[in-house]
Amino acid sequence: MYRLPKFEYFKARSVENAVELLSKYKNAKLLAGGTDLLVDMKIGRVKPDYVIDISGIEELRYIVDTGESLNIGSLTTIQDILDSPVVKNKTPLLREVALKFAYWQVRNTATIGGNICNASPAADFAPPLLSYEAVLRTISSRGERFIPVTEFFQGPRQTTLRDDEILLEVIIPYKHLERAGFSYMKIGRRQGHDISIVSIAALVVIVDNTIIDARVALNSVASKPVRARSVEQVVINREPAMIVFEEASRQVEKDISPITDIRAPAEYRLHIAKILTREALLEASKRALRCGFE
Amino acid sequence: MITRFILNGKLVEVDVDPGEILLNTLRFKLKVKSVKRSCERGECGSCTVLVNGKPVLSCIILTPQVEGKEVVTVEGLLNDPLFNKLIKNFIENGAIQCGFCTPGILLTAWAGIKEGKMTSIDSIREYLGNLCRCTGYVKIMNAIYKAITE
Repeated sequence: MYRLPKFEYFKARSVENAVELLSKYKNAKLLAGGTDLLVDMKIGRVKPDYVIDISGIEELRYIVDTGESLNIGSLTTIQDILDSPVVKNKTPLLREVALKFAYWQVRNTATIGGNICNASPAADFAPPLLSYEAVLRTISSRGERFIPVTEFFQGPRQTTLRDDEILLEVIIPYKHLERAGFSYMKIGRRQGHDISIVSIAALVVIVDNTIIDARVALNSVASKPVRARSVEQVVINREPAMIVFEEASRQVEKDISPITDIRAPAEYRLHIAKILTREALLEASKRALRCGFE
Repeated sequence: MITRFILNGKLVEVDVDPGEILLNTLRFKLKVKSVKRSCERGECGSCTVLVNGKPVLSCIILTPQVEGKEVVTVEGLLNDPLFNKLIKNFIENGAIQCGFCTPGILLTAWAGIKEGKMTSIDSIREYLGNLCRCTGYVKIMNAIYKAITE
């Protein structure tokens, strides 16, 4: 039977209340869904003196289409994202991730904010948000700020979020991405429940048989989730063809530094990353062209 | 600290340490034994309870988090027609062996049907994440499917 470490508990009634508490108490952790935090506390990975429960702040649970962006409140659950017609329509990569995210009971509790702020190198929502170039709105006693997600992840469970800062919402600007073909692939040791061995999220925009924009992001292949810039550089301004995807997939080695851990050896991760890169570019291109592809 | 919530239709009040998980409160303080202790890490589903109608894992929820909410375990569904139909199907289809996973699975199946998530064998497979070491799942899925279609 696991024992939780002793801590003082506060239930935050509002965002303002949460900001106040977080500024006041050091070595505090925010409790959102708890699907990462409680497990980490049970296994002794984190030992906060204070736990600030923000799970009741319903005002942070929303999915809003502003016309120019999709804005998702940080306490929106993974199941909310899976159930949302506007996510399916406007930011389908997020729905793809939610489909493969743990299982129903976990999805009902886990939040998108918790997933990215916990910042495991295997964070499921990192690759799609990196591909969408989302912007994170945060708040602290010093006010609000906006952090591009591409600058957010720093290392294993390390982000640019300050100790007294709270993530409020994830903003996904549409730009021309509504025309993008998408692809998401997650390899784990099982078909469900899993922490990824490698997962990839790709977006491709094709005009006049030329790839004018490509975003490829992976997790579990480095100390933080990465955008595969070397891969993207190969395909930009090229035609969507298998030979191009093959060439691009070989470059992924430059963007990642996989390690061996309990789930897979480094060599396997590298091998899979190359295959997924090629396949994700292919699938995203097919979707972008919205027709059969040779 | 005092936490008040509704358990199987009745208001309950418990004095808990903030670090007390719902699983322990239910089993030790409220004597609800149907909710099972297994992995305690959110991986197996044995500790599943319904909170405001949705299945969640009581081993990774702090009891203060359910303040003011409705918690349902199998003890609270004994008079429910769909629940009884599920039990009958489980028994008739050999979907229960040791029975340890069964309460969690019944709650998930009941909620899955009520919430409209489980409408076909494929969607049952998708929404039934609970682990079972005995049955191999097929008879469980068939039992649930029969409850939807018959």
